[in-house]
Amino acid sequence: MDMINVLRIVFTVLSFVLFIAILVWAWRNRHSAQFKDAQNLPFDQD
Amino acid sequence: MQNATVKAATYNDTVVRQFAIMAVVWGVVGTLMGVIIASQLVWPELNLGLPFTSFGRLRPLHTNAVIFAFGGCALFATSYYVVQRTCQTRLFSDKLASFTFWGWQAVIVAAAISLPLGYTQGKEYGELEWPIDILIAIVWISYAIVFFGTIGIRKVKHIYVANWFYGAFILAVALLHIVESAAIPAGWFKSYSAYAGVQDAMVQWWYGHNAVGFFLTAGFLGMMYYFVPKQAERPVYSYSLSIVHFWALIFTYMWAGPHHLHYTALPDWTQSLGMVLSLILFAPSWGGMINGIMTLSGAWHKLRTDPILRFLIVSLSFYGMSTFEGPMMAIKTVNALSHYTDWTVGHVHSGALGWVGFISIGSLYFLIPRLFGQKQMYSVKAIEVHFWMATIGVVLYIAALWISGVMEGLMWRAMNADGTLAYTFVESVKAKFPYYFTRALGGFLYMSGLVIMLWNTYKTATNGKPATVEVPAVVAHA
Repeated sequence: MDMINVLRIVFTVLSFVLFIAILVWAWRNRHSAQFKDAQNLPFDQD
Repeated sequence: MQNATVKAATYNDTVVRQFAIMAVVWGVVGTLMGVIIASQLVWPELNLGLPFTSFGRLRPLHTNAVIFAFGGCALFATSYYVVQRTCQTRLFSDKLASFTFWGWQAVIVAAAISLPLGYTQGKEYGELEWPIDILIAIVWISYAIVFFGTIGIRKVKHIYVANWFYGAFILAVALLHIVESAAIPAGWFKSYSAYAGVQDAMVQWWYGHNAVGFFLTAGFLGMMYYFVPKQAERPVYSYSLSIVHFWALIFTYMWAGPHHLHYTALPDWTQSLGMVLSLILFAPSWGGMINGIMTLSGAWHKLRTDPILRFLIVSLSFYGMSTFEGPMMAIKTVNALSHYTDWTVGHVHSGALGWVGFISIGSLYFLIPRLFGQKQMYSVKAIEVHFWMATIGVVLYIAALWISGVMEGLMWRAMNADGTLAYTFVESVKAKFPYYFTRALGGFLYMSGLVIMLWNTYKTATNGKPATVEVPAVVAHA
């Protein structure tokens, strides 16, 4: 297997791991004040 | 310096107004082109026997007008409005924003002249010749500078999710456009693709499907995440889900292109990969749809009285419908029946008219009165009429092409006992006549709805005055 394919595999696997990490992070913060604030941003202007 | 301080404390809504009005105008023009070519399929004589008005030249004009002129202007208008409101700051550069407006209109006019004259690169949704492609790239990079510059000078800590979607749309379209348009010029009006053979086909559909994914989906999801909560007067159902929705789309969409090339010279494994990733896309799409629709929980009664909210919510139903249909059609065995038939055209229009059209129309009905210092559109009754004309129009359109597409797919593959084909191609064309008529009628209804919207917009604009809105003093998120 040439190097470029190894790099492609590594990149794909890392992307997947990163996505799972985002998933866990987003779910754990679902009741956080940070998300509440962000959620209400459209209503802060007026 | 007095002038500068006053200026810094207001939003730049001039460019939003310009794009919003042109979105309505191009909506009428683009759907009119659609009605003309749909009618040509019913009555071929309508091509007038002229090269400029033939189906092959007007069809790219229709697609470019509805996607890039109508959809593009709606995206520019709403993204400039949303990024200022949710960052609580004026646009990064007024001059550059104004350049994006005039530059984009120049692109549209150049398309409207060059396509009927027959100048084309022959790539679907990327037909425009190389000098226009360069202008698009310059306008788009300016757009990116204005948008991300505004995010850079924001007065609040958090970047609201709608801006993530708009940002992804702007970045991805820049990437897609530049790679797809790579060509060797052979004179001012002629060029040859930089890619050859099956690579050229794969680049084309990597571009083509991501134009759907990022131009026609991510950008309009930006609209959804701002205008649905605003019109429903409730924050989005789940902020966590919106983050997962965003990243799931980003990580999957780029892979789906090969489903346009099933059973072609593209390697089999690439086709299968495209199919599987298209199937996976179903999950984030429906997650997003549920997030939008559930924003209404506890406020469902508003649907009874508010036609704008109805546009927004029905758009999400069509989003859900076409993102169910799309993965299904990407399955190779289903595609063996559906590919090259009217079913594909019906599918695209359920997404384009139902999802993209409805969410834009709803958002524009929210925006236009506010841009002219009014509480609501000149006639709310007219919005109601528009809603029903558009809904009936879409349903007629897609139902007709479902039947026609499945019918012709079955006719093409039908065989006699001795292995010969049961039907000639022209028999399948002839059988489609009533469905083509119904489709043209549906398209006509949809276009007529937009004509009513244009009148309503004109009345709202002339009854009001361009409004200047002050940036509120920041307290909560400084």
